[in-house]
Amino acid sequence: MEYSISTFDKLLSVCKKEEKQIYEIMQEKEAFDSEITVEEVREKTLKNIMAMKSAINNGINSTEKSFSGLCGDDCGKLSARFKIYPSLFGTLFEDITKYALATMEENLRMKKIVACPTAGSCGIVPAVIISLSKKLKLKEDKEINALITAGTIGYIISAKVAMAGAVAGCQAECGVASAMSAAAAVYLLDGSNEQSVNAAALALKNLLGLTCDPVAGLVEIPCVKRNAFLAIHAITAAELSISGIESKIPPDEIVDAMVQTGQLMSPLLKETSQGGLAVTKQGILINRELKLNI
Amino acid sequence: MKQRSLFDVISPIMTGPSSSHTAGAVRLGLLARNIYEDIPEKITFKLYNSFARTGRGHGTDKGLLAGLLGFNVDSENIKNIYDLPAAKNIDYFFEYEQNIDRHPNAVDFILQGNINMIISGNSVGAGNVEITKIDDFITNITGEYNTVVLFYKDKPGMISKVSTLIQKENINIASLDCDRNARGQTASMCICLDGEISDNIIKSISEIDDVYFVRNIKKLEG
Repeated sequence: MEYSISTFDKLLSVCKKEEKQIYEIMQEKEAFDSEITVEEVREKTLKNIMAMKSAINNGINSTEKSFSGLCGDDCGKLSARFKIYPSLFGTLFEDITKYALATMEENLRMKKIVACPTAGSCGIVPAVIISLSKKLKLKEDKEINALITAGTIGYIISAKVAMAGAVAGCQAECGVASAMSAAAAVYLLDGSNEQSVNAAALALKNLLGLTCDPVAGLVEIPCVKRNAFLAIHAITAAELSISGIESKIPPDEIVDAMVQTGQLMSPLLKETSQGGLAVTKQGILINRELKLNI
Repeated sequence: MKQRSLFDVISPIMTGPSSSHTAGAVRLGLLARNIYEDIPEKITFKLYNSFARTGRGHGTDKGLLAGLLGFNVDSENIKNIYDLPAAKNIDYFFEYEQNIDRHPNAVDFILQGNINMIISGNSVGAGNVEITKIDDFITNITGEYNTVVLFYKDKPGMISKVSTLIQKENINIASLDCDRNARGQTASMCICLDGEISDNIIKSISEIDDVYFVRNIKKLEG
């Protein structure tokens, strides 16, 4: 596939012309660009799925604290409560929140995770795809398709902005992860290509301006819990989209708004730990106790 | 922004906690290692801006050193890198600086040993990196492509000689960047390739008259 796909408009028009789903177009493009076969693209994707699953499995059974001692036992608390008092919102809700926390807690223990798109947002996509797949009793093939669909959303956004908190704030990390997950969820729920992209747009639009102000410069506060919130956020976007609720602002223009917002955001709020939560009284206190920052 | 691959978005499979500040740091270290091609006696890592501000909490220092020692982004050794014998055998120092002219996640590797070299790079997000300078020359090394870097005397015909050799193996050049410090002085060439080039061709390139320095920097895994 010898053309570039740098906008959502282009993606949807190619899908329409070729009468294919998003993942089919993307896996062909990736195969062409990387000089490998479609089968190899899918194998690489599966490797990432397997790594996501083992991070969830390891994380769910661990309450080991992070190096800072600040985080690491939230998933344990959630699991313990759900065992006695199941969530009012059902097992899917339980799994999504648990998986997101489990993955992020593995991350801060310096254990193996899949950056998706980044390490600080690594819990969102796996939480949505793996829990939905379990609920719907889907095969591995579908999980691969869903992850490629999610990746396509990030791939297109990356044409305009780097996915780094230091460049554009957390909207470019957890914001993008939530948008990616929303599109994957729509795919798993048999929605259309348009609905997938629209879901991503809805999710991203609602997260514009999200700052990156981690306490003591650690990917812990507020990152860990934010992953659980934004995994659920993705499901909200998917449900709205499948119901025919459309973003009034076109997806590509939302990305433009995100880029501009990122540029306007003060560097103090872009992964420098010099503003926001990082400089609250408690934030400074934690930082001082850990003495990690210069 | 240049879109490279779907797997820039999903992956790397890595040791936490930060793709830009941990995995990115490891990959920058790995590229610096491949460029320097030797274990230096002394390394000074100079971290800028966000790398300087929040690096320690993210293990950026450990990542840079681990990469330089040859460990990959998913290595369990990153966490305990300071305790490894390999780390104890070299002198390393960290310096921190705020400089708005540099990328938010920038680092200089100041390498001293048999040869002295300064390698500068940025971690641009999601684990992706770029080496932007070797000494005073602008480069474009991302680890996404097999990349040939050479320094040579600035004179007519050099690009043609090098590209002819590469053409012998029918390898496509994805990008080619040149830079020089002054006319007739030292120049640099940075060639990203779609395929893998043989050691023979690299040897032939290094044997071209007035080529001072050649490196074949392999694509990074994962």
